[in-house]
Amino acid sequence: MHVLEQPFDDADHEQSAPRSEPAPVKLGRAIVITSGKGGVGKTTTTANLGTALARRGHTVALVDADVGLRNLDIVMGLESRVKYHVLDVLEEKATIDEALVRDKHSPTLVLLAAAQAREKDEVDTRKMVELVHSLRERFDYVLIDCPAGIEKGFQNAVAGAQEAIVVCTPEVSAVRDVDRVVGLLGNAFSPQLIINRMRAQLVKKGKMLSVEDVNGILRLPLLGVIAEEPDVIVSTNRGEPLALRTDSQTAAAYHAIAARVDGEDVPAPAVEYKESFITKLGSLFGGRRNS
Amino acid sequence: MIEFLNRLFGRQTSGATAKERLRLVLMSDHLSLAPELVEAMKRDLVDVISRYVEVDRDKIDVHFENQENVVAMLANIPITGVNRNAGREQTPAVPVMEQAAQTPQAAQAPAAPPRPRPRRRRKKNAAATAS
Repeated sequence: MHVLEQPFDDADHEQSAPRSEPAPVKLGRAIVITSGKGGVGKTTTTANLGTALARRGHTVALVDADVGLRNLDIVMGLESRVKYHVLDVLEEKATIDEALVRDKHSPTLVLLAAAQAREKDEVDTRKMVELVHSLRERFDYVLIDCPAGIEKGFQNAVAGAQEAIVVCTPEVSAVRDVDRVVGLLGNAFSPQLIINRMRAQLVKKGKMLSVEDVNGILRLPLLGVIAEEPDVIVSTNRGEPLALRTDSQTAAAYHAIAARVDGEDVPAPAVEYKESFITKLGSLFGGRRNS
Repeated sequence: MIEFLNRLFGRQTSGATAKERLRLVLMSDHLSLAPELVEAMKRDLVDVISRYVEVDRDKIDVHFENQENVVAMLANIPITGVNRNAGREQTPAVPVMEQAAQTPQAAQAPAAPPRPRPRRRRKKNAAATAS
């Protein structure tokens, strides 16, 4: 990924400003949300983290890099507002401003949707890096929703980012894929971990890998743990990121993650393994049967 | 409590099974993703064995196999002769890797060489918790 070193080498970018006087622009942070495996919650995480960061007063741009399988607009509830997509911008059929979709709820949050009827191979990695860079000039955070896999789509999504957040579920296959992705990221990107879809009750009964099991193997800085709760599904159904709500524990977990990403020293995420008396009784007498 | 009961009845929870499977699969992933590490280990292994017996370096076969509860290293090392100074040879101070190019030769051991520590090389695995 040597393209990272010289993202602005073409002449048309260098017309006015000579190299000796770089404009004093404070660049935002570009973070790729990745996992290797599909279906672990990258898109949901991107939507909620973006919403939570915007709530903290930051300007945030979400980039859907999953060209061909666009989903982030659906999760954000913005599908009817999308006119242009990321390939339109890369191919100069639309300007960035035309393509950025303002969020319904958060005034400082925008979305750049992926192209649905195109393929990942059509994305020019170098142009993608330039696009992310120009977004960094304008936004505090650029969150890139990475497609599943480790092929071209992954390479394109990662190329423009400086940091990575890896999303993992407590499953053997998901942990294995995250391990591989972290290996591919190498020493760059300082990957941090979000464990998604955790079910404390199952962990308590020994039927699911625990946070300690997962991160005992991955050994990454832990940003947070998101429980598998019905309200995550409900919010996706409605196209309203859960992080907008104030009455949900899961939403609170997303806000804690956003605070941690923001550099705030939030205490380590606690996972409660609470058990009701009835389940205790049940597992005492019948728990062994299908553990 | 549940775990205790399961242990009492000799059963492993599916979570523990998942953890064990994950550990094994990652171990073999890492081995297959780091061929140079495996090569270096193979070289060192043969160097150690060469101190005791003469081996046919061209016909050595070392590979890894996923077995029931362990990732096992299987080595097939044809022996062509016995090193007469076996057991009396002292471990050289220089890294064994530097010996790789030499033919196994008997360096005269000084007085009272320490006995070489027995090393388990055949199976690289942690505690298997089979039921």
